[in-house]
Amino acid sequence: MIRLKQSSPPVWEYPKYEPGEPVALFVPCYVDQFFPDAARATVELLRRQNVPVVFPAEQTCCGQPAFNSGYWDEARRVVHHFCDVFEPYRWIVGPSGSCTAMCRVFFEHVDPDPRIVEIGRRVVELTEFLVEVLGVSDTGASFPHKVTLHNGCHTRRELGVVEPPVALLENVRGLEYCPLPDAEDCCGFGGTFSVKMPGTSLAMGQTKVENVLRSGAEVLVSPDSSCLMHIGGILQRSEAGRRIQVKHIAEILVADE
Amino acid sequence: MNTDKHRSLEGAPFLKEKTPGLAEPTGSEALGQSCERSAKEVEALFAGIPQWQDWRQAAHQIKQYALANLDRLLVEFEQKLTAKGVEVLFAADAEEANRLVIDIAQQHNVRSVVKGKTMVSEEMELNHKLADVGIRALETDLGEYLVQLAGQRPTHIVTPALHLSAEDVGRLFAEKLDEPFTAEHRALTDIARRHLREEYLKADMGMSGVNFGVAETGSIVIIENEGNGGLSTSVPPLHVALMGIEKIIPRIDDLPVFLNLLGRSGTGQKLTTYTHVIHGPAPDRELVLIIIDNGRTNILADPHSRSALGCIRCGACLNHCPVYRRVGGWAYGWVYPGPIGSIITPQMVGFDKAAKLPFASSLCGACSDICPVKIDIPHQLVYLRKRGANEPSSVNSWVERLMWRSWAWAMGGSWRYRLAAMVARLGVRLARFLPWKPWYLGAWTRGRELPEVPGPAFRKTWKDKP
Repeated sequence: MIRLKQSSPPVWEYPKYEPGEPVALFVPCYVDQFFPDAARATVELLRRQNVPVVFPAEQTCCGQPAFNSGYWDEARRVVHHFCDVFEPYRWIVGPSGSCTAMCRVFFEHVDPDPRIVEIGRRVVELTEFLVEVLGVSDTGASFPHKVTLHNGCHTRRELGVVEPPVALLENVRGLEYCPLPDAEDCCGFGGTFSVKMPGTSLAMGQTKVENVLRSGAEVLVSPDSSCLMHIGGILQRSEAGRRIQVKHIAEILVADE
Repeated sequence: MNTDKHRSLEGAPFLKEKTPGLAEPTGSEALGQSCERSAKEVEALFAGIPQWQDWRQAAHQIKQYALANLDRLLVEFEQKLTAKGVEVLFAADAEEANRLVIDIAQQHNVRSVVKGKTMVSEEMELNHKLADVGIRALETDLGEYLVQLAGQRPTHIVTPALHLSAEDVGRLFAEKLDEPFTAEHRALTDIARRHLREEYLKADMGMSGVNFGVAETGSIVIIENEGNGGLSTSVPPLHVALMGIEKIIPRIDDLPVFLNLLGRSGTGQKLTTYTHVIHGPAPDRELVLIIIDNGRTNILADPHSRSALGCIRCGACLNHCPVYRRVGGWAYGWVYPGPIGSIITPQMVGFDKAAKLPFASSLCGACSDICPVKIDIPHQLVYLRKRGANEPSSVNSWVERLMWRSWAWAMGGSWRYRLAAMVARLGVRLARFLPWKPWYLGAWTRGRELPEVPGPAFRKTWKDKP
């Protein structure tokens, strides 16, 4: 189980990963359905590090949409399902910072049962797993393009995962890393916030898009496909935006161009 | 500049059923830019202070201690003040507080009042109540003075006139004070100073808020930048101070950490220009302190939310909030806007009126990163969403409940999940062809494309080839 060593900003203490230990892949529902390439790249990425990957087929969702909307009773049912499915696995890795934060930080709010809290604390975000747990910052990828990174707010502030995605990108052959101006600002997605306060969500997203264009990058990546769905949706609405490719960071970390 | 809009609470958007002001960016560009500039300055300032996190932790713990011992500390505070000749009164709500102020004013034949900044009086709508009984109350904090002249309400708790540009102020002075138009900052300040100075001398009563009440010494601490707080509290023969019950700190030694944090967090100053520590009335002067609950004990009673009462009203969470920067303060409909307002307002005025406020956040957490007393703002917002969804409130909806129930059922097992996913994928595919997009779908597609529906889901390909 992962322990919180220090809060603000959060610093975690991870158990030691023993070589050959299987990792249960947690593929968040929207990634499974709308961004399957990110999940496939995650599998490939882990296998290249000689990490055996299993996919518990009964998994569905982490419960975050209902939790953030205030429907905790409904969220709890889904959280319990998640824990039943993932209980047998010591390591759970997911290609989404936001869903990881739901498990590791917020399961406790939904249900303080030690079993639930403990299982939630086994979940690790992909780039965090590579850098902080495996100690890998070079995945051997090659991607000769200009790339900028948007780190989701849950990844950044709830998990404190800030350096790992940057370190991984900087070691990709040929990749020119273009820092995103005002990178720490929220993109405005915020789950149901995007449709409950659409005007404000869009205004925030448009600022993010301006910064993506200002960065000079050809490709926008993130450890969170949910932010990308929102930012990418706005990019699609402009000429300059349509020229930007949008990808999950895992896809870059297995690229061989 | 619309001077009549947002004049009273009744005109506030969220107190009605809908919150169009929150859903749409309506704040002025000046406001957003000022907030962003201020936020960056504050971050840079704290980046150079290695003990910043220790200060925050200390401030948090002092406040939590004070809140946990509020019953005892308030009594200690009252006794210390009373012994020094200060009259201490308690008011359960805004109405009672207004009655106390009006009674005191009438007993002293007060015709005019000069006020230093006090957010509590905004809760009470005191200026209007005093006007109703023929007493003229004048705001002396420059920002408050401007919004009062304009017939508006503050848009920010520290910088109330953040939405007004220098040109706006010049036009306002020309219109209301009959001064020649200027947009030059120095000249504008001189005009305000000239008009305000006379008022201190004419006033029968001065009023102020309280930043900290020190229980150990019975001291009232007021910080400010313009000197107006000092003049309002010392020139007129009678000083009435308004204080929320949560402003107590236990000891005078606890004060420095808050002074270190408050100026820096609020305005990027190492220390505010003036720090007044009032130990009692000056000879031949009267000092009355009114300590007000007005919904604060609702927050105190909820252990999940109690730490929000530790707020020292620095305004940093407003400046750092991407939502506040875009919608402005009025959109939140009451006295306290921004992330902290979204937490305390529903609890102070009731979930029936303000349950929508906690939804005015993307939960990005920029606020809790900067909060000098470490209030876990985004976590509390989600918790208050839960309360809104479960208690009688303006967001409690059986339609949404049914939606989440169905969702929870679908997410309860693999085949149900696949069924729901099939519907979702089909929905997104078909949505492209809809000439008109209803409800949330329309909210999404207003400025965004829907995602492409890709080939088979990951789990399908895994099943075929693990």
